[in-house]
Amino acid sequence: MSGSTAAPDQLDERLVRTSPLRKLLGRPELGSVVGAAAVFLFFAIVADSFLRASSFGTVLYAASVLGIMAAPVALLMIGGEFDLSAGVLVTSSALISSMFSYQMTANVWVGVFVSLLVTLAIGAFNGFMLTRTKLPSFIITLGTFLMLTGLNLGFTKLISGTVSTKAIGDMEGFESARALFASTLTLGGVEFKVTILWWVALVALATWILLRTRFGNWIFAVGGEADAARAVGVPVIRTKIGLYLGVAFAAWISGQHLLFSYDVVQSGEGVGNELTYIIAAVIGGCLITGGYGSAIGSAVGAFIFGMTSKGIVYAEWNPDWFKFFLGAMLLLATLLNAWVRKRAEATT
Amino acid sequence: MGAVLAVALAAAGCSSTGGKRAEERAAEAAEGRAAVNTPRWTFAMVTHSGDGDTFWDIVQKGAEQAAVKDNINFLYSHDDEANQQAQLVQTAIDKKVDGLIVSLAKPDAMKAVIAKAVKAGIPVVTVNSGSAESKEFGALTHIGQDESIAGEAVGDELNKRDRKKVLCVLHEQGNVGHEQRCAGAKKTFDGTMQNLYVDGTNMPDVTASIEAKLQSDKSIDAVVTLGAPFADAAVQAKQTAGSKAEIDTFDLNAKVATGLQTDKLGFAVDQQPYLQGYQAVDLLWLYRYNRNVLGGGLPVLTGPQIITKDDADALADYTKRGTR
Repeated sequence: MSGSTAAPDQLDERLVRTSPLRKLLGRPELGSVVGAAAVFLFFAIVADSFLRASSFGTVLYAASVLGIMAAPVALLMIGGEFDLSAGVLVTSSALISSMFSYQMTANVWVGVFVSLLVTLAIGAFNGFMLTRTKLPSFIITLGTFLMLTGLNLGFTKLISGTVSTKAIGDMEGFESARALFASTLTLGGVEFKVTILWWVALVALATWILLRTRFGNWIFAVGGEADAARAVGVPVIRTKIGLYLGVAFAAWISGQHLLFSYDVVQSGEGVGNELTYIIAAVIGGCLITGGYGSAIGSAVGAFIFGMTSKGIVYAEWNPDWFKFFLGAMLLLATLLNAWVRKRAEATT
Repeated sequence: MGAVLAVALAAAGCSSTGGKRAEERAAEAAEGRAAVNTPRWTFAMVTHSGDGDTFWDIVQKGAEQAAVKDNINFLYSHDDEANQQAQLVQTAIDKKVDGLIVSLAKPDAMKAVIAKAVKAGIPVVTVNSGSAESKEFGALTHIGQDESIAGEAVGDELNKRDRKKVLCVLHEQGNVGHEQRCAGAKKTFDGTMQNLYVDGTNMPDVTASIEAKLQSDKSIDAVVTLGAPFADAAVQAKQTAGSKAEIDTFDLNAKVATGLQTDKLGFAVDQQPYLQGYQAVDLLWLYRYNRNVLGGGLPVLTGPQIITKDDADALADYTKRGTR
């Protein structure tokens, strides 16, 4: 790999000084950044209203709702695992919070807190089952996905008598909780949803964990080669459970956003979103096989997704072709991403 | 995070507003019992509802309450896959039920199995969708709303409100009934109307999509959503986009009723799902008891009923208990 750049006195390749440009080219998210720029330019040209400041707020909102989940999902993928239950877990989290507050006639913050505990417990269940049974995460989380889908529906119907929750907008604590999870900030006349802040904070946290902490090293290690990692003393079980807890925590934030922006939650929601999270992580440079990727990449992936899905609307294309355009744009972005990465790797 | 925990712990008390307790205070316990002493017949209802569909939940409630009153043993099952729905009808036939209620969203898939039921001497009533096929398949009556007529009513109402450019938001791509609603509205509406497809399982995305559309076209002065939950998403999108568009919707729920009361929504088109379930059971009972058939071979329409601010006050309580 190092070859020509290695100093003649046979230094360890890890100690070789690389130029900043080389370093940049080796980053996992580079391909997706180029892809994002391409998508941005494309829509800037074809859609007049795409470049307006207010449109930027909308695109960022669409990206942030996805990105909040994509960051921990990316970490999980780097750690070599999937979570198919992540999409429905968001809905579960919102349902728990809403129904607990309503049924107990409690301050909504109590429900929010209970929901955090239960959501984390479901994440821990995923991680625990995975490490205990040694079954593939695909199977374990598919099981959780189906169970949660059923529980969401069953419990909501059992408790509320209907398939959606009761409105909690008139209950105490609602306003403050809405301010934290679903408020809108006006900046220079443009409205930005608070989810954008949550998103930035989560990506920053995930990046710090990944690149600056021991836990981050463990994630790369268990994703690359779990047995080898265990052999050198990496606590594989703890790392993987930790990753699932991360996904659950983000699902809790997303779920509370869902609840406090609409005040009523539909129990059947969230199915299919888990794939969108994985797509964002993959576009952002995460390998499906694990061991490689970045949190910033997942943010860029989410941003590409947000730009594409809303750009099609701004461009006023015939809506009958909506899904086709979306699919084609995503495929192109990913291909470009892979191509850039290949060129980058070839030059190092 | 720490702050959240601190607030949650500090506030670990009760809410003095809203919640279950408020509901219980207001709840009147109407204990259901049969009003007739006819034999306990078994009626089965098989619909094309997906899991957790608000609309069908109300249909089911109407059917259940009619069943209690008519001393009927009521069985409900549903599947959004046409093939699975047909199999569910078959199991009802196997159980030798005394009456069958079926929705015909995908008529072709249901034709053979309904013929079987008719041949086995089971009276069939079709509900909701399939008004064109109902009679041909041998059903006694069809109860429901004609989607095209409902759409046309929306177009008329929009004209009355002087709207010029309207957005029709479809939350399920490929749903025939949805297309018929928007097409019907387009037919009678004098201005221009555009369709927008959104992903109904992802609420924030629905909001962002409508927001994007309203930002890109400031001349849109009305948005029509095809389901009650999506009206609220449209209201939020309108606020963020700074649009002046009026939000109107198909279907009714508690939030829509409040929205109408507070002028956040213009009007709602109700097809009275409760009536669809209730009438289907009641008509089967009438047929069993007295060989009565309603409709004279034509569909019995349960909608469209246009609901505005004036009606919303009277309906709000019924939407809260989930029967409107």
